[in-house]
Amino acid sequence: MRLTLVGVSHRQAPVELRERVAVDAAGASALARELAGSAGSVGCEAVVLSTCNRTELYLASEDGSDDLSERAGKSLLALAGDDGAALAPVLYRLGDDSAALHLFRVAAGLDSLVPGEGEILGQVRDAFEGGSTGPLLDRLFRQALHAGRRARVETAIGESPASIPAAAAALAQQVFGDLAGRRILLVGAGKISELTAVNLRSRGAVIEAVANRTAVHGEELAARVESRAVGLDEIPALLATADVVITSTSAPGFVVAPATATVALRGRRGRPLLFVDLAVPRDVDPALATIDGCFVYDVDDLEAVVEASLAGRRAEAVRAEQLVAVEAERFREWQASLAVVPAIASLRARAEEIRSGELAKAEGRLGRLPESERKLVESVTSQIVAKILHLPTVRMKEAAAGADGVVYADVVRHLFGLGEEEQS
Amino acid sequence: MAELLVWPALLAYGEAAVAYAGSLRGTGASARLGIWGVRIGWLAQTALLIAQALDSEGFPWGTWAGALNLFVWLVVGAYLIWGCTPRYRLLGLAVMPFAAALLVVAWAGGGTGVSTEDTAGWLLAFHVGLMLAGFAGLTLAAGLAGLYLWQERRLKQRDAGVLRLRLPPLESLDRLSARTALISLVVLTAGIIVGLGSFDRGDFDLPMAVTLAIWALYAVGLLLRYEKGLQGRRFAVLLVAGFALVAIVLPLTHFAS
Repeated sequence: MRLTLVGVSHRQAPVELRERVAVDAAGASALARELAGSAGSVGCEAVVLSTCNRTELYLASEDGSDDLSERAGKSLLALAGDDGAALAPVLYRLGDDSAALHLFRVAAGLDSLVPGEGEILGQVRDAFEGGSTGPLLDRLFRQALHAGRRARVETAIGESPASIPAAAAALAQQVFGDLAGRRILLVGAGKISELTAVNLRSRGAVIEAVANRTAVHGEELAARVESRAVGLDEIPALLATADVVITSTSAPGFVVAPATATVALRGRRGRPLLFVDLAVPRDVDPALATIDGCFVYDVDDLEAVVEASLAGRRAEAVRAEQLVAVEAERFREWQASLAVVPAIASLRARAEEIRSGELAKAEGRLGRLPESERKLVESVTSQIVAKILHLPTVRMKEAAAGADGVVYADVVRHLFGLGEEEQS
Repeated sequence: MAELLVWPALLAYGEAAVAYAGSLRGTGASARLGIWGVRIGWLAQTALLIAQALDSEGFPWGTWAGALNLFVWLVVGAYLIWGCTPRYRLLGLAVMPFAAALLVVAWAGGGTGVSTEDTAGWLLAFHVGLMLAGFAGLTLAAGLAGLYLWQERRLKQRDAGVLRLRLPPLESLDRLSARTALISLVVLTAGIIVGLGSFDRGDFDLPMAVTLAIWALYAVGLLLRYEKGLQGRRFAVLLVAGFALVAIVLPLTHFAS
């Protein structure tokens, strides 16, 4: 069986082109069915992987890959519509080993904009589940998912945060551990602080209040994050109970000063307080960091943390590449072994035919045996055949992995006369 | 024969120390190797202690070297119970070289051999065991407090790599060190009470005074924590200062008296 991949990704195509060929889960599933059904090839399989960074068509069939590639390319160009001419030069086409390695890298997050990002593995799984798969693509995608999981478990590629909201949440976890029930105070109604709050909420934290100068904006945000809106004058009182304070006001000066915080911290009995200052100019006086138990991170600090995390991910990507290469090699060996499968099947069928034939000839004598002994004869002869064929089967598969599979298969067919009877 | 068991323990503790150091650069695999080193080493040392107990005439850890041997076993045992996970690999990096070094000293001082004379009654042996267990716990509490202070410094300094080398959360370190210190203080108190059973007024010496001072320091620290909210940095500094008394002043006064 041959494997073909035709696709477009963030590496070559701008978002204007990618969005033209992007399809949702239902669309991907329908396209896969269409490609598998109308390809006109024997046993054609298709999976469509479409994310914000890529749209890729994976096809497999019994016969040649050129026709498949052509057909897949046309499908993508058709999706692009008027932009088809601009899309054609940025399409990439990969076959067999290269296509498999590419998918394994994609599943491991090695081809993502942010190395090791976690979402892609789920997207690959969804694409697989919505695809029209057969033996080849089923095996390919299962192994790709396995490779993706291995990369995340055996390396630290996906451990560090890759965005400011994620970095803020990870810092909060470094201070408090489990964030379930932790109280968050939002000061200001900026978009980035909302994203950070949403990230913290997803980890179990509670948004205690949204303090904003403009009541309407504060109430809108409070409604979105299931909290209550308060005025800026309530900040000192809220500092006594909050665990994380996220600020993003457009105030020209500091909104939280050491004098305010010192009074509030007296009631905290030594519990730490994390300030995440996302505003420019800053809302939190950096002098607060000198107070025991106070930790202050501004937007530059968070960006530095993200940059360091990404550098760490890139370093881990080298190890993940090695893992992925091993998995790709395993798939290649499995795929190569498919070349000898028909010969092995014929050989086994021939052996079974001989065994059954010889037992049938001896039926006159065997018929006098009790049922239990007849079963014993059946079992012993089957075992003899299986044992004789075991080593040749293993050797043929090994030869297939080493690219000699077709030669071995031909020799076996010749030696055992496989297929000759059918021809005669 | 029993003394031969010190080598697998030492080897495993050394392996754990090296693996923990290696884990700072890699992922969890090295940390897991470290943990297995701790487990195997502790089992080997347990076997050593059992062999010593079976072959000796009386309490085999009555000498300073023997006590050190038992102390190492207790420290590693406490570490196994409290912090032997990949997340606490830095604590292991502090504890395991320390444990290996002390075990070498104990071996050099003859503390891993068999005692042929009964120098201490069982009441005194029980007292020594409890005191050593208490000090072992306080050692671990100080390790956790040290880790807290280091992590707090990284967070205060807004170290860009703070998330690359993940340590346990500050609050967990604070809570765990306090809990360890509290349990250790209870054990230490029990040790002191048992010791009073064989105490004669003329026996009061400098090590005893220092031991009582250490007990008072931890007791006051824990009281302040639970009554007045002494937490975080100041509590961690207190635990480290207490450990300095245990590690430096107590041995000095012991050998001086």
